[in-house]
Amino acid sequence: MKLKNFFEKRKIPLAWLLLTRQPLRILVAIAGISFAGILMFMQLGFRDGLFDASVTVHKLLDADLVLISPRSKSSISMSGFPRRRLVQAMAHKDVIGTTAVNWNFLLWRNPENLSTRAILALGFEPSKPLLLESDFERKAATLKNKGRVLFDDLSREEFGPIASWFRSGRVVETEVAGKRVRVSGIVSLGPSFGADGNLITSRETFLGLSPGNPQGSIEIGLVRVKKGSDIEKVVRSLNFSLPSDVKVMTLNSFIDFEKDYWKSSTSIGFIFTLGAAMGFVVGCVIVYQILYSDVSDHLPEYATLMAMGYNLRSLLGVVAREGFILSIIGYIPAYIVGQVLYMYVRSSTRLPLEMSFSRASLIFCLILFMCMGSAIAAMKKLADADPAEIF
Amino acid sequence: MNNSNKNTLDIVSLNHWYGQGDMRRHVIQSISMEISPGEVVLLTGPSGCGKTTLLTLIGALRKVQDGDIKVFGKQLYGASRKTRQNLRKNIGMIFQGHNLLRCLTAEQNVQMGADLLNGFSYNARRAQSREWLRAVGLEDHMSKLPHDLSGGQKQRVAIARALAARPKLLLADEPTSALDSSTGREIVDLLKKLALEQSCSVLMVTHDPRILDVADRLLLMEDGQLLPSV
Repeated sequence: MKLKNFFEKRKIPLAWLLLTRQPLRILVAIAGISFAGILMFMQLGFRDGLFDASVTVHKLLDADLVLISPRSKSSISMSGFPRRRLVQAMAHKDVIGTTAVNWNFLLWRNPENLSTRAILALGFEPSKPLLLESDFERKAATLKNKGRVLFDDLSREEFGPIASWFRSGRVVETEVAGKRVRVSGIVSLGPSFGADGNLITSRETFLGLSPGNPQGSIEIGLVRVKKGSDIEKVVRSLNFSLPSDVKVMTLNSFIDFEKDYWKSSTSIGFIFTLGAAMGFVVGCVIVYQILYSDVSDHLPEYATLMAMGYNLRSLLGVVAREGFILSIIGYIPAYIVGQVLYMYVRSSTRLPLEMSFSRASLIFCLILFMCMGSAIAAMKKLADADPAEIF
Repeated sequence: MNNSNKNTLDIVSLNHWYGQGDMRRHVIQSISMEISPGEVVLLTGPSGCGKTTLLTLIGALRKVQDGDIKVFGKQLYGASRKTRQNLRKNIGMIFQGHNLLRCLTAEQNVQMGADLLNGFSYNARRAQSREWLRAVGLEDHMSKLPHDLSGGQKQRVAIARALAARPKLLLADEPTSALDSSTGREIVDLLKKLALEQSCSVLMVTHDPRILDVADRLLLMEDGQLLPSV
């Protein structure tokens, strides 16, 4: 009923007509707003994408809780703690399984051109769960032989064409940390900030590859708890009962722990946020220019409307609606181009760039704010419309 | 008093000045006049004598400095901005230039006038706008932009727009000055005919001697003063 009332009361859509009867001006406006929007989409997308990329492996871990050393700062500087702590954690009634994981960087030799490069190596007991990847158990079983590794096919190309060689049936052998290994399977994890590539092997092989590593020391302990148990409570009680040489956290806080490291100890966040802010400012200037010149050009017409009996508020409403319309028709192309560019970036850099709902709505709000702010600034010009001057 | 309330317009010893200090000019000098409902009054005189200023004062577009102006019985002296704004909805205005909105079609321009009316649905206002365009003889040009209309056609749209808001007083400032003589004549006749049908009073400022005969009454103005009627 209310809608019908509104429909009956509607008037000539002056804001819409003012904009659409000036195709050139609206094209410039759309181009400007979209450009600003695309810039913001890309900058914020890169920022979030880089942060997300720092936890590609973390997200795949098959764990509810994670044990790390309190001295660990990030995935590129993990410290060890006694493996016995995992056994102690098993004593908790809600814990149903654990996996000990060694986590360190080793030198991988590219079998094609023999250059070496640091790769993130994960060592675990192949009979235990590690990753939430389909068919992982079967691949993990191949690691029970010593000297076998699983190679991440999303690793950067500098590690060599391992995956394609392996898939074509070739026996792929190379050196890791100066010792011979054979690739016995392919997994898909993805490179992260710290690691250009990943490989997974058994703890036994891992310790063989890095003999300096103490036998009983691990970098990460994965803990799985009973379904339906209160995870926060388990974290508290484990933190209480275990010695202070380990820290217990949920998988999510482990992911946040890693992201926070990159957010707080690198300038990535600052650089890309600044880039997005520049896009915002450029957009503001463009929209303001468009609306200001639009109001100036139509000043006699606005004055005529005032002389006819339209009040200043309804004319301010026209400018506000122009700003609103511009924000909508500027956002849509920005969103579409943003999606396309994300796809392009994903395929060419393997960065996990996704159009998240929160970013899409944040940028819409920014564009809306930009257009409405500029509209309010342009309204000042309306005060110059003096109906007494038009006679 | 009772009698004066019935008049569309009552002006008593109105004064107006422009500028300040030594530059201050007395452009309206104790003018008194009245217009009764349905009357067509022409105001003529040499340019710069204050005709347009008088029109903007009556049209509630300027603040009254001294004297009484009562439009439909409402005092304009000391009236608030909002009062003047509301009053303007009942005063139709036709300008020297047509002052149509360039981005609107003829029909939409007229509807900008009709949209000022409360209590009519969109379709009713739209139908009224079309009716007015038919009345001024532009039924074949409804969806044209002002750009594509001739000077006379534009002025017809302006008349339709002014009347679509159903004013009780129509102010016209040299509506024929941009038109050739025969078109000008047509426009003025049309204006008078339509205004009378609405029992709307008309105050028209003009230089054009060929249209003086449409007036019920002729006022002559010189140097800010009304001359005794001829």
